[in-house]
Amino acid sequence: MDTQVLISYLPRYVSAFFLTVRIGLIGIALAFLIGIFSAFCIHFKVYILSQVFKGYVELFRNTPLLVQLFFIYFGLPKLGLSISAELCGILGLGLLGGSYMSEAIRSGLEAVSKSQTESASALGMNRGQTFFYVILPEAFTLSVPAIVANVIFLLKETSVFSAISLMDLMFTAKDLIGLYYNTTESLFLLVSFYIVMLLPISIIGSILEKKVRYKMFGAN
Amino acid sequence: MNEILKVENLTKAYDDLKVLDGVDLTVSKGEVVVIVGPSGCGKSTFLRCLNGLEDIQEGSVVFNDEVINPFKGSPAKVREKIGMVFQSYELFPHKTVLQNMILAPMKVRKAKKKDAEKEALALLDRVGLLSKKDSYPRQLSGGQKQRVAIVRALMMHPEVLLLDEITAALDPEMVREVLDVVINLAKEGRTMVIVTHELSFARAVADRMIFIDGGKIVEEGAPGEFFDDPKTDRLKKFLESFSYN
Amino acid sequence: MGFEVLLKGNNMLRLLLGVWTALRISLVSVLISIVLGILIGSIMTLKNPVIKVITRGYLEFIRIMPQMVLLFIVYFGATKALGLNLPAEAASIIVFSLWGTAEMADLVRGALTGIPKIQYESSAALGLTTTQTYTYVIIPQVIRRLIPLSINLITRMIKTTSLIMMIGIVEVLKVGQQIIEANRKSSPNAAFGVYATVFLLYFAVCRPISLLSKRLEKKWEN
Repeated sequence: MDTQVLISYLPRYVSAFFLTVRIGLIGIALAFLIGIFSAFCIHFKVYILSQVFKGYVELFRNTPLLVQLFFIYFGLPKLGLSISAELCGILGLGLLGGSYMSEAIRSGLEAVSKSQTESASALGMNRGQTFFYVILPEAFTLSVPAIVANVIFLLKETSVFSAISLMDLMFTAKDLIGLYYNTTESLFLLVSFYIVMLLPISIIGSILEKKVRYKMFGAN
Repeated sequence: MNEILKVENLTKAYDDLKVLDGVDLTVSKGEVVVIVGPSGCGKSTFLRCLNGLEDIQEGSVVFNDEVINPFKGSPAKVREKIGMVFQSYELFPHKTVLQNMILAPMKVRKAKKKDAEKEALALLDRVGLLSKKDSYPRQLSGGQKQRVAIVRALMMHPEVLLLDEITAALDPEMVREVLDVVINLAKEGRTMVIVTHELSFARAVADRMIFIDGGKIVEEGAPGEFFDDPKTDRLKKFLESFSYN
Repeated sequence: MGFEVLLKGNNMLRLLLGVWTALRISLVSVLISIVLGILIGSIMTLKNPVIKVITRGYLEFIRIMPQMVLLFIVYFGATKALGLNLPAEAASIIVFSLWGTAEMADLVRGALTGIPKIQYESSAALGLTTTQTYTYVIIPQVIRRLIPLSINLITRMIKTTSLIMMIGIVEVLKVGQQIIEANRKSSPNAAFGVYATVFLLYFAVCRPISLLSKRLEKKWEN
């Protein structure tokens, strides 16, 4: 491996890294909003909305992000809905992620036992208080491992953004290989930056998972 | 009386912590021995040493003149003759009640399927669960599961039956249906070693009571004497902790 | 809206053949993953520290690397490093098997260690030998936990195959792209209809499989 080449490539990778992280984080934030809202609607069987969101979750969980992006980026403009590649990336990640987050949060909500709800109302809490002080925190705790897994999954999925010409890490590597044929260096930097991005989250995730399990069952 | 199980100087330790410290016990054929004691006193561990689920550091367990712990030879051969029922039932979740019962007889005793089934159905009938023969464990109540677990152990024709806190996980209204089964077994003259917290049941079923505390047998005797006239302070304290006067 | 282009000539058939390419690669990779995953997952339950470090490292690396990156490492990296000219389809099967094996191994390990110790003990108490305990009690339970998860892995694999167009394999998305290109003049709106169709084709394939997986999981709960 040529150190000189590595150093000369580094700036491009760094800016691609920040682009990837930025779009990733905004997309994940969007996914959270969609996920919480749709999980709420489905769990409480909100009229019509619960059906709509159920359909949405099934549709996006059972299709690949790349196909979703192609549809949004190349298909929708034919109906007059044109958006930039970056917005398309955020929207695609948000919609895909929203469907996964929705599942994670909803199963958390379902797992909070009925007796918890009843004991809270026996303490004199009303429905809103029960939901916000008892059910939601507990459901969230239960969902943490699934949510962290989703965050990792979504950050990994950003690698398909290169297909709609976003200059993310993958795009940069592909571009540099195509231009200069320094395959080894390009791939090495690509792998390194993904490790930098995802290893910490993966480690935090497994620590959180242990904590949650401890909280729920008192032992590992 | 002919002795069937003889424990001598049994010592069980985890690293430096002695859980059982030189326990001696002899069980005769047809005898029902009930062991009580505070939580963590080592009574369940003691029971698990009797069929070799736990290895021991000193002493020996002799079953029908054969040393079975520490092991020589195949543990499976001995366990066939010593049945055990657990607090958490431990039915096999992927098998129906009937399949749970005939698995070990067919595989271990090489019983014919027809014979094993016939025997299983008769036993299920005796404990009032004939109608549940094709149910899966998850479809049964705790009390029903435990009754199945008991007759599943009987299918192996054990010479000794070990019962480890078999009602501890049950709702109070289900305790009775399980203990009635055990009392009937005692009447038939089955040899049993029972660990339990149900003192009135212990009194009704036991030929001999054992009180273990701190890994040692502190007191033993016939149930009448044991409950009405305990000799040691520790047993007095233990028994008092169950009463409200 | 661009759907009409699919009715022209054998366009729809070509699209379906593209689906088959994706399916074929997924199924081959899933089969390899299940076999190797069971093997490695079982090895992972051993207490040997060397085996632990190696398998954990493998799992962790595969888990945090996007499949697209793995695809590029194997497809372009192998060509460069080993001087090997790997066909794209072989490269993708290798990558998906590496990934699927890691996923499967973790599931197998979880299923094996998830059987409570006392199930082994109660089998022993009935006089079953170790082999009998595994054959009749433990393995059937492990398999019932694994089947829904393996089926679920198939859908994830199928979705991931959409990436192989990026290394030049002509699967459904690539066929779609070709159809759109070829009809740019006559059907300028083809992109909407074709990509919507590809979208729904994926859904039509994956949804029944994930439903089946969910059903089985429910049915075999505890």
